[in-house]
Amino acid sequence: MTHVIDRRLNGKNKSAVNRERFLRRYRKHIKKAVAEAVQKRSITNIEQGENISIPSRDLKEPIFHHGRGGKREMVHPGNKEFIAGDRLPKPPSGSGGGTGDGQASDQGEGMDEFVFQITQDEFLEFLFDDLALPNLARKKLKDTETFKYVRAGYSTQGTPAKLNVVRSLRGAYGRRLSLGGSRRRKIRELEAQLAELQAAPDVPDPAFSKKDQIQALEEEIAALKSRVKRIPWIDEIDLRYNQHLKQPQPATSAVMFCLMDVSGSMSQMHKDIAKRFFILLYLFLKKNYQRIDVVFIRHHTSAKEVDEEEFFYSRETGGTIVSSALKLMQQIIEARYSPAEWNIYAAQASDGDNWNDDSPVCGKILSEQILPLVQYYSYVEITPQDHQMLWYEYEKLQQAHPESFAMQQIADAADIYPVFRQLFERKAA
Amino acid sequence: MSKPISTGSEWTFDLIQQYDNEIAKLAKEFGLDTYPNQIEVISAEQMMDAYSSVGMPVGYNHWSFGKQFLNTSKQYQRGQMGLAYEIVINSDPCIAYLMEENTMMMQALVIAHASYGHNSFFKGNYLFRTWTDASAIIDYLVFARKYVSECEERHGVDAVEEILDSCHAIMNYGVDRYKRPAPISAAEERRRQKEREEYLQSQLNDIWRTIPTFGKGDEPESRRQRYPVDPQENLLYFIEKNAPLLEPWERELVRIVRKLAQYFYPQRQTQVMNEGWASFWHYTLINALYDKGLVTEGFIMEFLQSHTAVIYQPSFDSPWYSGINPYTLGFAIYSDLRRICEAPTDEDRHWFPDIAGGDWVEVLHFAMKNFKDESFILQFLSPKVIRDLKLFAIADDDQEPTYNVSAIHDEAGYRLIREKLARQYNLSYREPNIQVWNVDIRGDRSLTLRHIPIDRVPLGDDSDEVLRHVHRLWGFDVHLESRDDESLLATYHCPPRRESEDLEELEDRIGNA
Repeated sequence: MTHVIDRRLNGKNKSAVNRERFLRRYRKHIKKAVAEAVQKRSITNIEQGENISIPSRDLKEPIFHHGRGGKREMVHPGNKEFIAGDRLPKPPSGSGGGTGDGQASDQGEGMDEFVFQITQDEFLEFLFDDLALPNLARKKLKDTETFKYVRAGYSTQGTPAKLNVVRSLRGAYGRRLSLGGSRRRKIRELEAQLAELQAAPDVPDPAFSKKDQIQALEEEIAALKSRVKRIPWIDEIDLRYNQHLKQPQPATSAVMFCLMDVSGSMSQMHKDIAKRFFILLYLFLKKNYQRIDVVFIRHHTSAKEVDEEEFFYSRETGGTIVSSALKLMQQIIEARYSPAEWNIYAAQASDGDNWNDDSPVCGKILSEQILPLVQYYSYVEITPQDHQMLWYEYEKLQQAHPESFAMQQIADAADIYPVFRQLFERKAA
Repeated sequence: MSKPISTGSEWTFDLIQQYDNEIAKLAKEFGLDTYPNQIEVISAEQMMDAYSSVGMPVGYNHWSFGKQFLNTSKQYQRGQMGLAYEIVINSDPCIAYLMEENTMMMQALVIAHASYGHNSFFKGNYLFRTWTDASAIIDYLVFARKYVSECEERHGVDAVEEILDSCHAIMNYGVDRYKRPAPISAAEERRRQKEREEYLQSQLNDIWRTIPTFGKGDEPESRRQRYPVDPQENLLYFIEKNAPLLEPWERELVRIVRKLAQYFYPQRQTQVMNEGWASFWHYTLINALYDKGLVTEGFIMEFLQSHTAVIYQPSFDSPWYSGINPYTLGFAIYSDLRRICEAPTDEDRHWFPDIAGGDWVEVLHFAMKNFKDESFILQFLSPKVIRDLKLFAIADDDQEPTYNVSAIHDEAGYRLIREKLARQYNLSYREPNIQVWNVDIRGDRSLTLRHIPIDRVPLGDDSDEVLRHVHRLWGFDVHLESRDDESLLATYHCPPRRESEDLEELEDRIGNA
């Protein structure tokens, strides 16, 4: 007796728990692999899964097994030329393989790395380890005020330019019908009588001769017709105007400026932390806008717009003048990103180093020229040390513009998140 | 001649039933005795799940199954894993899986292979009859899964995972090979679980009773009674019953892993026989369908192609060679047994006097029922199969400068090849022979294991790792001695010792000897 059962509709993910257990156990390895993957990836390309590879020896489940040595005898298939008693040279010692246990399962090549896929969500989770990633849901962002007019029916008021002729005339016609309807009926009736009268044989009637009757009818008809004629062809009341409502139109594109100090004092470690910060901002914006441009500006004593590769991975030496980057950003906004169409975000990362004379200049450029144009400007200072002039300058800014300016000191990647906290809480109201 | 059951390659539930009916009729004619069948149609993803739970329909949760799953899905994506060919559960009813992507031919092949081949093997072979209880296994697995997850809730995932890791490390040492176990039943297990906890604890107290023993310390070593009196090969059982510090729930986990080890033990011992048997029957049954005109030319061509792929044996010098393919060897032996019965030569009469010319169905059933790989090969590997596979033996002795070809497929070599190949399938040749040797019950409670090497083959480099796991379960020092007729070859300790300590102990022993 055989039962055939269709199990295809049953749960698929029987292994989900075991898979999760595996990831949990090898958290450390995976985090390392993810960190390396981030190095290789562009920040605009962060949202995908990743192949993670872990050295197989770390995954081994040990069991008692035979080592090499002693006397081993194995039977093999496919003999071609050997005869009993043949002696074959051994490979020089130290070359692997050998006549192992014939059933060994993992002696294939390229198996010294265990490679597997993690999903995008898992990737992000490992990337921002233990920061409960904000639910990057669409929040109501403060947006550039662009409006779009949408048609919203008709109104009785408006400018002549918006007059809707068809609607207005239709209204007029209706009004004329309703006002003149009963009189017109009367006219039709009278005209019918008139025709009947005219068609009828003349019956002399001294009191009210046919001619009189006809005349009376005609007069009445004429009177009625003139009444009807007096109904205005079109009236104030008939006019209809196209109505447009002004709808706030969120700009669907955003531009993100990444500013980073690349002077000699910024190490690769600093840059990696900065990169994570930029990634998080990018991910957040990506949830909210259809299109995102990213502009990379690096600076030491002078600023330059570069591509991402150069932004993160080339070293410069020399001093630091932050204002050069701010000026360049302002020029780029002017040239390419009109605040009317673009939501502008900026993230600046630095180790806090700046020429002291330059810091007030920065404050000035920011408060007067940049902050009015941007949605949000976040500054992270990646340093465990005491602050310098630039920080204090920026603190003033923060007090003046709590709406659009956030700053945070970061010692390692886990500190990045509070900046975002602020970003969200401010907007969630 | 009848009309073919189907002509297209698409399967339907209706067709599966029809094929199964026909195959079942034929299987009955050939005397195959099976458990009732349960055929489950599943998707590829579900097949991966099935693969990674090592063929258990329900398993407890553990990271190693997750690793298996990731590995399986990766291979599947790379296309390295052809079709999930067959997974079959040794249970009553016997569960086999068909993958929805397969053609009708493939489904019929898997039905013949798993639902009639493996199924009759599970029901007939003496090892399975002795060691597993097909009617109870599913219930037991459900019980185990539930128990493990309750433990996780109560004691945390990590604590449970640690114990399971340690048990898995010695899972191959969880069987008494020479003692018939009591069959397991889930209901009984549950009923006895509580009792067992209390009873065990009291037993333990008995073992570990520390009554001061005056004047006994200076007894000579040889007079002292060892505990256990005889070496124990079932490491998991010994730990379950004797480990001094395990909590009752931990003991129960050890038991669960031990029971599973026991369930899989026959499968490890009968791979060649079991796969060979299933392959022989899918080949025989599908061909019988063809002879009856129930399948088309195209069907049988496609079938032969799949069959050939299954029993393909690359030769030793091929890049795809990874040992002897159990499907090939088993299929060859059974097929040749049939030939020896139906068309014996003089050679066969000389080698197999009591089989040659016999009833092949009976002979094959006898062979399937009463052997395990080792004895099966020793008994039935015929010169013809040795010739066909061109078998030869190579000795690799670390004291010799060269490999030595010790036997080939010729008159002088048949018997040697047969013995050597059989020995290759002897579990104790494949896995180190390690037994519980002694527990120092009066002293530091340390556990000593003994490894008895065969042909001077030493222990592999995982041994220290495994010992750490044993130590976790035992709770006190653990030693492992590799001992060859009174000479100590190697020792392992957990916690590790300095070499000087080792030397001191050695000197003590030599001094005493």
